[in-house]
Amino acid sequence: MTLKTLPSLPSSTEKFNFKKFLRSMWRQRWLYFLMAPTLIYFVVFKYGPLWNAQIAFKDFKPLLGVMGSPWVGFKHFETFINSFYFTELMTNTIIFSVAKLLLGLPIAVLCAIALHETWLVKYRTFVQTMIYLPHFLSWVIMFGVLLVILSPGNGMLNAIIEKFGGEPIPFLTSPDHFRWVVILSDIWKETGWSTILYLAALLAISPDLYEAAAVDGATPLQRIWYISLPSILPVIVLVTLLRMGHILEAGFNQIFVLYSVPVYSVGDILDTWVYRQGVLQFQFSLATAVGFFKGAIGLVLILVSNRIAKRLAQQSIY
Amino acid sequence: MLHSKTRDAMMFQIGLAIFLTIILLIILIPFWRVIVTAFIPLDIYTREGVPFFLSPTQWTFEAFRQLLGHSMFPRAIWNSVVITLLGTAISLFLTVPLAYGLSTRNLPGRKLIMTLILFTYLFSPGLIPVYLLITGMKLTNNYLAIILPPAVSVYNTLVMMSFFEGLPEELKDAARIDGANELQVLWHIILPLSKPILLTIGLFYAVFFWNEFFTPLLYLNDNNLMPLPVLLRNILISASFNEYVEYNAFSSASIESLKAAGVLITMIPMLLIYPWIQRYFTKGTLVGGVKE
Repeated sequence: MTLKTLPSLPSSTEKFNFKKFLRSMWRQRWLYFLMAPTLIYFVVFKYGPLWNAQIAFKDFKPLLGVMGSPWVGFKHFETFINSFYFTELMTNTIIFSVAKLLLGLPIAVLCAIALHETWLVKYRTFVQTMIYLPHFLSWVIMFGVLLVILSPGNGMLNAIIEKFGGEPIPFLTSPDHFRWVVILSDIWKETGWSTILYLAALLAISPDLYEAAAVDGATPLQRIWYISLPSILPVIVLVTLLRMGHILEAGFNQIFVLYSVPVYSVGDILDTWVYRQGVLQFQFSLATAVGFFKGAIGLVLILVSNRIAKRLAQQSIY
Repeated sequence: MLHSKTRDAMMFQIGLAIFLTIILLIILIPFWRVIVTAFIPLDIYTREGVPFFLSPTQWTFEAFRQLLGHSMFPRAIWNSVVITLLGTAISLFLTVPLAYGLSTRNLPGRKLIMTLILFTYLFSPGLIPVYLLITGMKLTNNYLAIILPPAVSVYNTLVMMSFFEGLPEELKDAARIDGANELQVLWHIILPLSKPILLTIGLFYAVFFWNEFFTPLLYLNDNNLMPLPVLLRNILISASFNEYVEYNAFSSASIESLKAAGVLITMIPMLLIYPWIQRYFTKGTLVGGVKE
């Protein structure tokens, strides 16, 4: 009975039978009907932009439209790569994403280990709840919080600096400090949430290992060094690899809210530049070319890092 | 010997508790400072700045009264509620069928659909092509401009798909034998069993739409349509203050208090739904999805 209602799966040795294929499609007609709105949505709102992306290779004039504008090949890509802001944008973008990753990761691992080791179960749940919270707040709210801490007039940090006889620092508008503000505020906001993966990995470690270590008289630090850390190392490597795939995503929303003209030279990233060139300066083709460039590199990086991650995961299994 | 070992363990535990408390304070002190700044009376603020503690008798709601007294803020709250509810509804309406379809292993063309969808996840040409699409569709000053481009998250779809795949196949088969079509199977069998995942993904979409501020800034130029985060940003960068708040020379709250109160008003809805979100990720529903 059950078998009769299921369409037969074409096995690899079986020759492709078009009639059979159509029949199984007809059998699933309700499912296609159900998925139709989403598939149309994907054509319009996900593939529509991909179609528009051809203006990266054209001189787009709004009056001529996407189709009517003349082809210019890689002109805009060359303009971008040969321009002085290319190095600046790439440097800022990579500094932000690498620093956020390298500084945030050890803190996240330490927090996860501390949460896992503590005997105070209720306190642990409370700390967890509080450190996950900032992840769910928008960067606009974070901007308000940062103003209360960093503003030169009466920010908490500057009040402390003044108390010790220092000069107040305009952290958000000073090119010397802006990068640190971006990096540390991101760590403040996201590190708590990123502990969740490491904590899950720690909870998956077999208690037998810890019991055996206790019998052998291991100290708490030895237990962490020889059992906890090696056990979660694959997760750490995996997370790092996947984050490397997104190295050109330096955090558009964050920078967009926090930056201002005085710190453009140290704060401007690919995404914010694309916004200003495209939407504010109407350089649609040039901005699209930069977006396309970033997307293409991103695609390659993600595919490579995924392949490495998969290979490493297989090695750790066998 | 045994004695010294238990003492070591105790010292270690004390060290951990101190470490966790430091982390907790680093997270909480900035929020505490925002709260004190929002509730501080003007005379204390001008006299001594923001103290760390404020005696409970001195707290004032003046900044909140001034913000909510102007028509702009309540309207922005309403706009945000509309965007969040409409956005979440549309997102779920589009995500659920796709996830369900892709979870059906023997759907002809499943692999092709999957590849085409994954490609949009892996390659994005950036902001401008979407901007041209939306302006070309004349969606400026329309909430659909904010809701539709990010309406379906491929990641959320995959998490939901792996949940559907985990449901027992026999249930669906039983319904199909009784003559139910796929629409009925989804509505009567699958969805009632999928409440946890629907709630989790729904909450994540809701958080996303509530926090969205860049696309409203990009596509809405009518002040009456502005959602809360955009209004908050304008207040924070002190742009045309008088348009949004009852603020004048006789005002009894400082600009800093008004900013902090704005931050708190924008945060409150998130704090209200946070316990629900929190319940699901401590249960591990999401971590399981992430691993997939």
